Amino acid sequence: MEIKDVEKLAELAKIELTQEEKETLLKDLDGILGYVKQIQEVDVAEIIPEYEHRNIWREDRVEERDFSGEIIRKEFPDAQGGFVKVKKIM
Amino acid sequence: MIDLKNLTIEKAGEMIRKGEITSVELTSLYLKNIEEKNKELNAYLEVFDDCIEQAQKADEMIKSGKGTKMTGIPIAVKDNILIKGKKCSAGSKILENYTASYDAYVIRKLKEAGAVFLGRTNMDEFAMGSSTQTSAYGVTRNTHDLDRVPGGSSGGSAVAVASDLALVALGTETCGSVRQPASFCGLVGLKPTYGAVSRNGTIAMGNSLDQIAPFGKTVRDAEIVFDTIRGKDEMDATSVDLKIEKKELKKIIGIPWHLFEEGVDEIVINNFKESVEKFKKAGYEIKDIKLPYSKYSLAVYYIIMPAEVSTNLSRFDGVRYGLRKEGETVADSYKKTRSAGFGAEARRRIILGTYVLSHGYYDAYYNKAWRVRHAIEQEFENIFKEVDFVLTPTTPTPAFKIGEKMDDPVAMYLCDIFSAPANISGITAIALPSGETPLKLPLSIQFMAPRFHEKDLFELGKQFEEIR
Repeated sequence: MEIKDVEKLAELAKIELTQEEKETLLKDLDGILGYVKQIQEVDVAEIIPEYEHRNIWREDRVEERDFSGEIIRKEFPDAQGGFVKVKKIM
Repeated sequence: MIDLKNLTIEKAGEMIRKGEITSVELTSLYLKNIEEKNKELNAYLEVFDDCIEQAQKADEMIKSGKGTKMTGIPIAVKDNILIKGKKCSAGSKILENYTASYDAYVIRKLKEAGAVFLGRTNMDEFAMGSSTQTSAYGVTRNTHDLDRVPGGSSGGSAVAVASDLALVALGTETCGSVRQPASFCGLVGLKPTYGAVSRNGTIAMGNSLDQIAPFGKTVRDAEIVFDTIRGKDEMDATSVDLKIEKKELKKIIGIPWHLFEEGVDEIVINNFKESVEKFKKAGYEIKDIKLPYSKYSLAVYYIIMPAEVSTNLSRFDGVRYGLRKEGETVADSYKKTRSAGFGAEARRRIILGTYVLSHGYYDAYYNKAWRVRHAIEQEFENIFKEVDFVLTPTTPTPAFKIGEKMDDPVAMYLCDIFSAPANISGITAIALPSGETPLKLPLSIQFMAPRFHEKDLFELGKQFEEIR
């Protein structure tokens, strides 16, 4: 991995990094990936999970909840007329 | 004068019922301790201003005959579990001013039972860490040696119980975040089976791994809290309501010696061997077992967890709640907000998770990790046909010095080498105090049991309390 890979990942993850942070991260990632790479030596050809993932549904009906629109709106960092307010998109 | 050091939930309950003390008086004792000691320890980030009011309600509940075991019991809560109307920051700047809009399922259960919430406790930022040093609100100190870490990520909750700043506490586990601090602080810590306790209302780190988990000074205390908070919750599709029943007395303990041939302190190994001898004397059969896949648990964890972290933490963008830093454009605002709000470890894991999920690496890391995870699950299923429990040390070392391992992430991650198998395979495990070093630092052993066999762990743990 190189600095430009760290920059690309930071861009994807929407995180700003200083030059120093990029260098530290590069070193850290090399260390961590070096450690986790050991799983590549494991032979799992015979491993088939015995269970299946399945959906668990709830009925689509209105139910009482602890929170309200008012409580949730109070947490908006910026709002106008009950809507979240963000910078112009286009 | 009450001896808080040896107080248990049942002793406190008995005293309250007999009228020897009220919940208000008991709560006041803990509040006084908090006032005296918290500045130094930094176990609590906030002590609630309505503790006495809660205790008064509990006293009324007891008087009216509606009390439960938890009624009037002062409990500390980790800062990533929502209590309606209270701040909840997950140890992060990005949620510094966030107020919870609802009660977590476990909080609702504890409220119904009449527990008294004393405050919210310090933790590694977003539960990412093994020493409570990555919190945005300072380190928490180990009560056994103030220059040492309490473990983490639930370090604040552990110190609260170990220092008599609460009778019991809630933490969360993604990979050892309750068992490891329990080990460093001389407490009992239970990691429930995945699905035994609802995750609704916990700030998520790794959804396929997270579980809310109790701390107590005794096995029985951890058991009572667990019994109060477990069960099926409609709001968490992964929670289940299985009857947790005790089977006939279990007697076969398997030990995977090959997992700790190296990298474990001699003092830990010696204490471990002494504990094994005690079980032998008590009539248990000890079997040498091999868990060839489980040795990859921590490596699997450091792929799956960051992948889940990178998706979970994408919701913190300064739009709906939490910190917001304005930039020129929407994308700039996201970046400025996330850079100002997340600490170094959170960023590291987000970037790592973004990497293992990215095109070209997904198969080699994430997909492979899941397949190894299945292998580990099956390995435990098979081994539990031969033995009733698997025994290991809880941690490779006792509590280390504050500042240590902070510039070497892999060294920090290795603290949880023995925690990882239980989280990766979803089984239950318990950390039990097993002695101390000449410097009076606690030591601990860990038992793992099949899914939903918590009761067996409690019975075994209680027996160890008798023979250790």
